[in-house]
Amino acid sequence: MSKFAKKKDGELPAVSTASLPDIVFMLLFFFMTVTVMKDSSLKVENNLPNADQIKKLEKKDRVIYIYVGKPTPEFAGKFGTEPKIQLNDKFAGPSEVGDYILMERAKKSQDLQNVLTTSLKVDKNANMGLISDIKQELREVNALKVNYTTVNGDAFSNLQ
Amino acid sequence: MGRRAGAPEVNAGSMADIAFLLLIFFLVTTTIETDAGLDRMLPPIEPPETDVIIKQKNIFQVSINKNGQLLADDELTDLKDLRQKAVDFLDNNGDGTCTYCKGKKNPESSDNPTKAIISLKNDRETKYSTYITVQNELVGAYNELRNREAKRLYNRTFVNLEEEYLSPESKEKLDEDALDELKAKVKRIQDLFPQKLSEAETSSSN
Repeated sequence: MSKFAKKKDGELPAVSTASLPDIVFMLLFFFMTVTVMKDSSLKVENNLPNADQIKKLEKKDRVIYIYVGKPTPEFAGKFGTEPKIQLNDKFAGPSEVGDYILMERAKKSQDLQNVLTTSLKVDKNANMGLISDIKQELREVNALKVNYTTVNGDAFSNLQ
Repeated sequence: MGRRAGAPEVNAGSMADIAFLLLIFFLVTTTIETDAGLDRMLPPIEPPETDVIIKQKNIFQVSINKNGQLLADDELTDLKDLRQKAVDFLDNNGDGTCTYCKGKKNPESSDNPTKAIISLKNDRETKYSTYITVQNELVGAYNELRNREAKRLYNRTFVNLEEEYLSPESKEKLDEDALDELKAKVKRIQDLFPQKLSEAETSSSN
């Protein structure tokens, strides 16, 4: 019975902090794996429309992004409020899309160059005129596979 | 002698194990968000060498004006009715050569799903959201018919079949034969109702 005798004297022992590094590393690894590097900050409004017949865009390395929308308030003074195209980090006109696609394509490895998809992230309120210009440019550089990137949801909610 | 030295320290040796357990749990359960959207092929810029003559009745003309109003086969149509109209058109089976169709065999509408073409035309001032809704409905019409055939042939929906075929997991899980079989199934359904969606160049409104 003396085996279980409580020691009445002495303070509470300090909680061991030996595992703290483990926890920190765990968090570090967790964030390292889930974080997707954002290579360009959005300078345009980008409320994507809804659709429900969608397909997922697997394999991020095969996608080239084009953003379209109104410049955000901080850029509105300089670039106006008409929808603009954003390529990488800067605004561009429709005629620059072709060059951009060719440049991005050249960056990818040889075996991916023929299977690239262009993801069009277009704001709900953009007009089709601009999109048609982009589509025409894409056709000219033979980037025919496009994906109108949308949010999963009821398509009729776009109309309000 | 040790009894006098206060309570023993909590054993922290297993803490690392718990930490790794959590780490692995999160690694496995977290899915990195992927973008999704409507896949489309643009027409190549070179015109086809041979002019193909397409009968007017095999074309389903959808036009959107700048106010978002819809003209389907020369009738003002509500967006909500577009899908059913497209399904009726594709499934019509005008010349009776399509054995799996269930359409009305209207001689004024499309002959065969493999010949039927949906042509989409929009104005430069059409809003993008309207355009996407129309695209969504048209893809929905194809998917509806393909689902019906996939249900009949393989007892599962086409969307489900295609998703399995395209997902990276099934590439690892399935062996080559199973993957080929899946591919053949997807291809077969796609050939029953080939997606022929032509996008004419935008008209400008004055």
